[in-house]
Amino acid sequence: MSPLETIRLVAGREITTRIRSKAFLWTTGLLVVAIVAGGVILNLALDSSSATSVAVTPQTEPLAQPLQAIARANDEAIRIVDVENDAAARAAVADEDADAALTGSPTDFTVVVRSQPDPAQYSMLTVLRQQTALGAAVTDLGGDPEQVAQQLATATVKIQSLDPAPERDGGQIAAGYVAGILLFLALQTTAQLVSQGVVEEKSTRVVELLLSTIRPWQLMAGKVTGIGVIGLLQVVAVIAAAAGTALALGLLDTSSLDLGATIAWALVWFVVGFITFSLALAALASLVSRQEDVASVTAPVLVLMIIPYVIGISIAPWDPTNPIVVALSYIPFAAPMVMPMRIALGTVETWEILASLALSLALIPVLVWGAGRIYSNAVLRTGARVRLRDALRAG
Amino acid sequence: MPELELVKLDKSYGDVRALRELSLTVGSGEIFGFVGSNGAGKTTAMRIAVGVLAADGGEVRWAGRPVDLAVSRRIGYMPEERGLYPRMRVGSQLRYLARLHGRSPEQAEQAVQRWTQVLGISNRLDDDVQKLSLGNQQRVQLCAALVFEPDILILDEPFSGLDPVAVDVMSRVLRAQADAGVPVVFSSHQLDLVERLCDRVGIIKEGSMVAVGSIDELRSRGGLRWQVQGPPADAGWPGTVPGARVVSIEGPTTVVEVVDRDGEADQAGQEVLRAAMAVGPVHAFGPVRPHLVELFRHAVSDSTDPSTGTPIGEEARQ
Repeated sequence: MSPLETIRLVAGREITTRIRSKAFLWTTGLLVVAIVAGGVILNLALDSSSATSVAVTPQTEPLAQPLQAIARANDEAIRIVDVENDAAARAAVADEDADAALTGSPTDFTVVVRSQPDPAQYSMLTVLRQQTALGAAVTDLGGDPEQVAQQLATATVKIQSLDPAPERDGGQIAAGYVAGILLFLALQTTAQLVSQGVVEEKSTRVVELLLSTIRPWQLMAGKVTGIGVIGLLQVVAVIAAAAGTALALGLLDTSSLDLGATIAWALVWFVVGFITFSLALAALASLVSRQEDVASVTAPVLVLMIIPYVIGISIAPWDPTNPIVVALSYIPFAAPMVMPMRIALGTVETWEILASLALSLALIPVLVWGAGRIYSNAVLRTGARVRLRDALRAG
Repeated sequence: MPELELVKLDKSYGDVRALRELSLTVGSGEIFGFVGSNGAGKTTAMRIAVGVLAADGGEVRWAGRPVDLAVSRRIGYMPEERGLYPRMRVGSQLRYLARLHGRSPEQAEQAVQRWTQVLGISNRLDDDVQKLSLGNQQRVQLCAALVFEPDILILDEPFSGLDPVAVDVMSRVLRAQADAGVPVVFSSHQLDLVERLCDRVGIIKEGSMVAVGSIDELRSRGGLRWQVQGPPADAGWPGTVPGARVVSIEGPTTVVEVVDRDGEADQAGQEVLRAAMAVGPVHAFGPVRPHLVELFRHAVSDSTDPSTGTPIGEEARQ
């Protein structure tokens, strides 16, 4: 039997065992449901918060159109509610049918609100009041308010930026968060499945039976491959749910997020990160013989995972070019979580991604060698924890 | 016929020498019983034989060639500490192990059906291993060693924890395997079982073989013993036989041992009988066959340095 076939058998066992496991199916299912539900809730929240309703009377109705125009210019939405008179307008605000009401006359109107206007509303209404005042003044001077308005509209500020801040929109920021959180969670859970699997075989002594017929590296390679495939399936399911929800609800319609590239790179980085972390965890887990000891022996690697994640997720979305974030996106072990965030935020050049990928890939042969050596030397030594130095040296 | 040979195996764990030039040979169709005190080195020797542990010195050979992965893949092995995936079904687990040992899916399926039938666990194929009783898990473990039709069987304590029915089943299976030409090595502390089942026995002490041979050979290597029911020993008659000494006196029954009389057992016996009859009437006379238990106690309590002492029975074999 060829080594490849042996690895395939071992990987096949890992896959069928996980797929049969209720816990795995439930977690994946819940994850997908949570993603879809999150998208729907986000969509509802955006809908309800976006439109400000303004009540107008027949007298103030001419103000509705300029107000809409001002709102559009400010990326705000205004919904106009028509009421019969000033009293009805005040009642609409009091009954919370409208957020604000315009009473009085177009040239001298009063804004009715429950307590006070929010800053965005206030600035829009101020512009509206200034426009009406300007219109009145232009008319008084014998000019045409429409013409003045058109001239004003074409007058824009020219901006020359010496150090332009990277532009990113809400969709990109959300995708950056999702990419970072998803990769962190996926890498953490799947890599830990590997360390648990290694110790399971060691603690149940089945490893002794297996290693009387296959080589340690074949067992390790099969385990990493099998759990990697399962993890990738899980990540694909979650990404499909997230992308599907976002597209179906139109959450990304206005975003300049490059969804295809973000997803493709996230998958690539998952694979690279999984290989990196699972090799390290498999080697460390082989040093101990009981599940209770796994956490203590694998803690250093998990810290390598948590620190870049926390730094990345708290800085990158707001400051994607922060030197710490940029540095982390190149360092193997940190790159698989930080680089996908930068990619989603759209603030990274392709050559940067490839350079970082090359660094992470270059480390893998070293990890294969070291992990294979540690694992082979330690996995049959049950009982007390094997010292890392002994495992590297022996054999 | 191919033989499994362990040749001068050495193994140390730190300062502890687990094996000292341990050698043994098991032929095809032979059941070899491996006995020794706890920590004598049985498990270490067996783990080296199946290739999960590397020896510091010496060699394991099969059919004259060193054992490599291709050979060890054909060894049915039952580790001392049982090892199965607890949360995997009996059937799929056995099929998986058969496949790892190079069987095709069809061969694996057939073997799983056959062996679970033979060992009486065919109704548990779809249960997780952890749901089975310890005795049944043990049967699954033996199945795991058999499902790929091994060329060699090496079983560490296969009988421990089994009920008498299971012991019989296991014994029959081992005998059938040996009859089919498979060399079978197993260790056990149940010496009556070893005595009944094994063609040859090896007694290991502090990492080296102190006695190897068939039960009869081992018996004859000690002194020859006779039980005489007749005149009391204090009448002095045992002293008239060369090489004889009194082992025990219980009422009218005297047990006499004659040493250094290899090859003339009958003559020595007749001399004992004549000496007793010369003193008084003999009501019963016969040879005493020591049990393996006594041989074992004798062998392991022997204070001679095991690395230099001559293994009892070794010449008889060669």
